[in-house]
Amino acid sequence: MSYLKIDHVDKTFQRGATSTPVLKDISLEIEKGEYVSVIGHSGCGKSTLLNIIAGLTPITSGAVLLEGREVRDPGPERAVVFQNHSLLPWLTVYDNVALAVNKVFGGRKSKAERHDWIMHNLDLVQMGHAKDKRPAEISGGMKQRVGIARGLSMEPKILLLDEPFGALDALTRAHLQDSIMQIHATLGNTMIMITHDVDEAVLLSDRIVMMTNGPSARIGEVLDVRLARPRKRLDLVSDRTYIAAREAVLKFLYERHRFVEAA
Amino acid sequence: MGRAVLKEVETGATVVALPGAKPGVVPLPAPARKPLSSRLLPWLRAILVNVLPPLVTVALIALFWQIAASGPQSSLPPPTKIWEEAKDLIVEPFYWAGSQDIGLGWRILVSLQRVAIGFSLAAIVGVLLGALVGQSVWAMRGLDPIFQVLRTVPPLAWLPLSLAAFRDSQPSAIFVIFITAIWPVIINTAVGIRNIPQDYRNVAQVLRLNQVEFFFKIMVPSAAPYIFTGLRIGVGLSWLAIVAAEMLTGGVGIGFFIWDAWNSSRLSDIIVALIYIGVVGFVLDRLVALTGSIVTRGTLTN
Repeated sequence: MSYLKIDHVDKTFQRGATSTPVLKDISLEIEKGEYVSVIGHSGCGKSTLLNIIAGLTPITSGAVLLEGREVRDPGPERAVVFQNHSLLPWLTVYDNVALAVNKVFGGRKSKAERHDWIMHNLDLVQMGHAKDKRPAEISGGMKQRVGIARGLSMEPKILLLDEPFGALDALTRAHLQDSIMQIHATLGNTMIMITHDVDEAVLLSDRIVMMTNGPSARIGEVLDVRLARPRKRLDLVSDRTYIAAREAVLKFLYERHRFVEAA
Repeated sequence: MGRAVLKEVETGATVVALPGAKPGVVPLPAPARKPLSSRLLPWLRAILVNVLPPLVTVALIALFWQIAASGPQSSLPPPTKIWEEAKDLIVEPFYWAGSQDIGLGWRILVSLQRVAIGFSLAAIVGVLLGALVGQSVWAMRGLDPIFQVLRTVPPLAWLPLSLAAFRDSQPSAIFVIFITAIWPVIINTAVGIRNIPQDYRNVAQVLRLNQVEFFFKIMVPSAAPYIFTGLRIGVGLSWLAIVAAEMLTGGVGIGFFIWDAWNSSRLSDIIVALIYIGVVGFVLDRLVALTGSIVTRGTLTN
């Protein structure tokens, strides 16, 4: 019995009389503690897949099971780190995380425990120093760190990351990727990340799920990345397994499933 | 890598140990204090630039008015005559010499009290109704056409109906304020709530916030800039409506004072009262705007 099971999921968007099939027959099993990336060209429905796992988008047919129980609606055990951080701009960094912690642990932890837990999570992403700042006062990378802290603070069974570093510059992105790797090593969370960055996918993942182009996108291939952890960015540059994995993903994306521009 | 770091540390240590090198802060020359006059100058300039033009305009208008209204045929009093006739009203806003012989300050306060009650009710009910209309498509389809029709009804047209319903002038005046101020609050709140980004809704869904938590933690703060725009329009309309309503309902307010002055041909008193009303209306508007900018701090920028 796998931890998360995506079982023959179809998704069709209905708008008036026209229906657009987005995802077709998606089946995937993810084990506890795994880091899985979903990669594909833009518009292939990879974000839709994440939203389905999150429960934010209803399924047309099929089912998503987490520990054997069907997922029907969103919940904090499947925390989402949104692409554009989605911090509430009127709350401070601390209060953004506190909103989640107070809701999830309100009945179970004392006030002091909740405070410690908020600070623990902010420190985990190295944002403890900025707890009293508002989102407008911190950089894009810092906002995303807080977004990750908010996700982690819910103590989710699965952390869902929707192109978490897509809007960041290359250097900031590398920093955050290192942070995520360290958090994954420390906490052993199960994580699913949507990305369109091949290097990011290979660096971070245990498995890479490659999606074909839409409409009716399917899972084209699943690649096991057999690289030992902890992984070091610089050491990997010349690593043969890394190069091979990178090549496999690139070939999939640019040879067999080239992105066809809509005419 | 490790070696390089080590070497750097060593070199650093040598530098510190060099004889004669004094550890400490080299004092920078203190920034020269500007003379008082040059520091005050920008201040004075700002005051002059902002205060002088309106003062000049007011003086010119008063002068023109004085000349235009000085003739023997003139039906309106010139400024000098207003000063002679209504000096007590201008210099003593808070005198009290009997139930109808009181300063304009007191009358304004009575009117403000009515506005405060009516406007507060309008704000509370307006935000709730606006939230309903903004959140639910069916509520919008059902209620929005009614709101669009009712909001065009002039405030005073409600007065006979409310007098018939409440059988008393005080609640009737308050009702007129309420019904005048509520429409912009409803409509702006609804727009603000329709504009809540999907991201915030997703966050609320993942956290499983219930309706009440969603209202207070996401809806109201997110829609606050829109709500305050509605409140600001609403408070302006309230102040317009109270003067008109009080003219008809009587009592102690500033509106009735104008009507009373007209009936006894005290034109100077009316002009003084107009200036009072204008200044108070301006202050009310600025007060709501200021509250809004404090409350919505950080909401607009993301």
